[in-house]
Amino acid sequence: MAEAKLLSGNDACVQGALAAGVRFFAGYPITPSTEIANAFARELPRRGGIFMQMEDEIASMGAIIGASCTGTKAVTATSGPGFSLMQENIGYAAIAEIPCVIINVMRYGPSTGLPTSPSQGDFMQSRWGSHGDRPVIVIAPYTAREAYRETGRAVNLSETYRVPVIVLMDEILGHLRERVEFRDEDLVQEISRKGPEPGRPFLPYENTEDGVPPFADFGTGYRYHITGLIHDETGFPTNNPVEVDTTMRRVNGKLELHRQDIERTQFVDADDAEILIVAFGSVARSAHEAVRTLRNEGKAVGMVRPITVWPFPEDDIRTAAAGKKAIIVPEMNLGQMIGEVERAVAGTVPVHALNRIDGLLITPHEIRDLVEDLL
Amino acid sequence: MGKIHEKYLRMDKMPHIWCAGCGNGIIMGAFINAIDRLGYDKDEVAAVSGIGCSGRITGYMDFNTIHTTHGRALAFATGIKLAKPRLKVFVFMGDGDAVAIGGNHLIHACRRNLDMTAVIFNNHIYGMTGGQFSPTTFKNKNATTAPYGTTDPDFDIAQLCIGAGATYVARGTSYHARLLTDLIVKGAEHPGFSIIEVITHCPVNFGRRNNFESPAQMLLWQKEHGVAARKAKTMPLEDMEGKFTIGELYRSTEIPEYLEEYGRVIQAANEEKKQ
Repeated sequence: MAEAKLLSGNDACVQGALAAGVRFFAGYPITPSTEIANAFARELPRRGGIFMQMEDEIASMGAIIGASCTGTKAVTATSGPGFSLMQENIGYAAIAEIPCVIINVMRYGPSTGLPTSPSQGDFMQSRWGSHGDRPVIVIAPYTAREAYRETGRAVNLSETYRVPVIVLMDEILGHLRERVEFRDEDLVQEISRKGPEPGRPFLPYENTEDGVPPFADFGTGYRYHITGLIHDETGFPTNNPVEVDTTMRRVNGKLELHRQDIERTQFVDADDAEILIVAFGSVARSAHEAVRTLRNEGKAVGMVRPITVWPFPEDDIRTAAAGKKAIIVPEMNLGQMIGEVERAVAGTVPVHALNRIDGLLITPHEIRDLVEDLL
Repeated sequence: MGKIHEKYLRMDKMPHIWCAGCGNGIIMGAFINAIDRLGYDKDEVAAVSGIGCSGRITGYMDFNTIHTTHGRALAFATGIKLAKPRLKVFVFMGDGDAVAIGGNHLIHACRRNLDMTAVIFNNHIYGMTGGQFSPTTFKNKNATTAPYGTTDPDFDIAQLCIGAGATYVARGTSYHARLLTDLIVKGAEHPGFSIIEVITHCPVNFGRRNNFESPAQMLLWQKEHGVAARKAKTMPLEDMEGKFTIGELYRSTEIPEYLEEYGRVIQAANEEKKQ
């Protein structure tokens, strides 16, 4: 598979999704995610798939959920304001347990913000943006190669766990073009979602041991009901406190049962480091560069990079942080992931913030300077 | 209805939540009669609804059913139909659902002309939340959010849909139940986007505040104010004052159905691929 390509992060997302079997895209133009829609518009009809430009992001989210009800793998892509508009239907997909993938190419906000500038301001929105308690998986690649592989993985996780999965990109990663050399480990497998077992009564929201009920595609002979009202195992609405509690704990707890499969974290020179950097997305590129140059100078610094950012890899952070002199959390926001890092280390290691909110990427130099101050 | 209700309704979900005297049951009855007449296989029917009293209809009918978010039923339905064109897709919305919060989706669904049939329950009020005025409440009516009378002009849903490009538009009522079945059958058979607006009655949250003493009085109002579209054409304009037309209001077969058009896209993309 060692084939080299020049790919942008946005194009890589599309290639990864197609490799995982995505055949439906609905979206609305918005900078800096638009190239994703453009590429799907070109590629999907060639594969007999459907590209749909909807009237807004709310409709885009509704359309991919509808398509997914028929068993078709479906994706949307957006940015900033569009991501905010999608939140209600993301919550719907979470409670109705309809697989779908949302690629959010983060731009600076709030509101219209700086549409062409990068940001990591949606780290928390991606986890908590809908009303109520809802599960979600959020994956943040940091190279075009990884955008390919991780978007493919996002599709598969969504199908496996019946949960919306967000691919958290940013403007830099979306728009940069780089040489990508795919290796065997990048190969995206196409999987099918778990269907009803023949000869067994079908309960669309069964409290299965693995937390994930089987999914019956619309039009396959299982006439059942899907609703955003809290429902019992049959899928019909309930107000019964015991049934509500059971459903909500299963839906919100199912990812915890599969953390090992869902989590993915990269460690760079973390073992013997005195100073540990915790970074994700484009900022992790700067952090990686800072680690490389500081190591060349013999300085003990390392990085932990959550690739799956939600569920947050608190065990990985806690283990890597043990005995360190300090942790640095560089982010293009006013401090979102740092709260999760602080929670993981629970006061055992001092945690330092490094934030930029001027529409520019945090540079390797800025990270280096802070590391050197702390050493 | 004979045994039709047993064939098409989820009888274990009865009693329904609708108030005594509500028009929604009449519309559901007209709909399942239409499905029976069309002879559709229940496994091949997808019923999609929004939020509000009308939204509950999908829970009671034995098809592939989905109760979506407020105003967004058409967006979900669009995804279902495009991804599995074989399915017969029906969409159920209320007036607030379809022309307030979901107005954008409605006009674009009309414009696209994807082969689906939408039934809009127009009871001129937000019933489930307790009687707030909607975009179709007539002027000078009482509502909980209009204790001194409504000031907003009202939308004519059928005309709005014709203007937006729907290729089959009809209006029925909960009084003219047989006509409603006919209109739904014709809408379903029409190859394109069909809208059936149903003037229905909410005795509890509209009638009670607006001088209707009983549900029967509201049905009589529909009988007296609904004028067959064909007859209306021959009537002097002043005689139509305060009345509305019922029956098939608009039909066009000139505009291609959306998926037929999309077939051309797939063909063009594949020809380009071969080159």
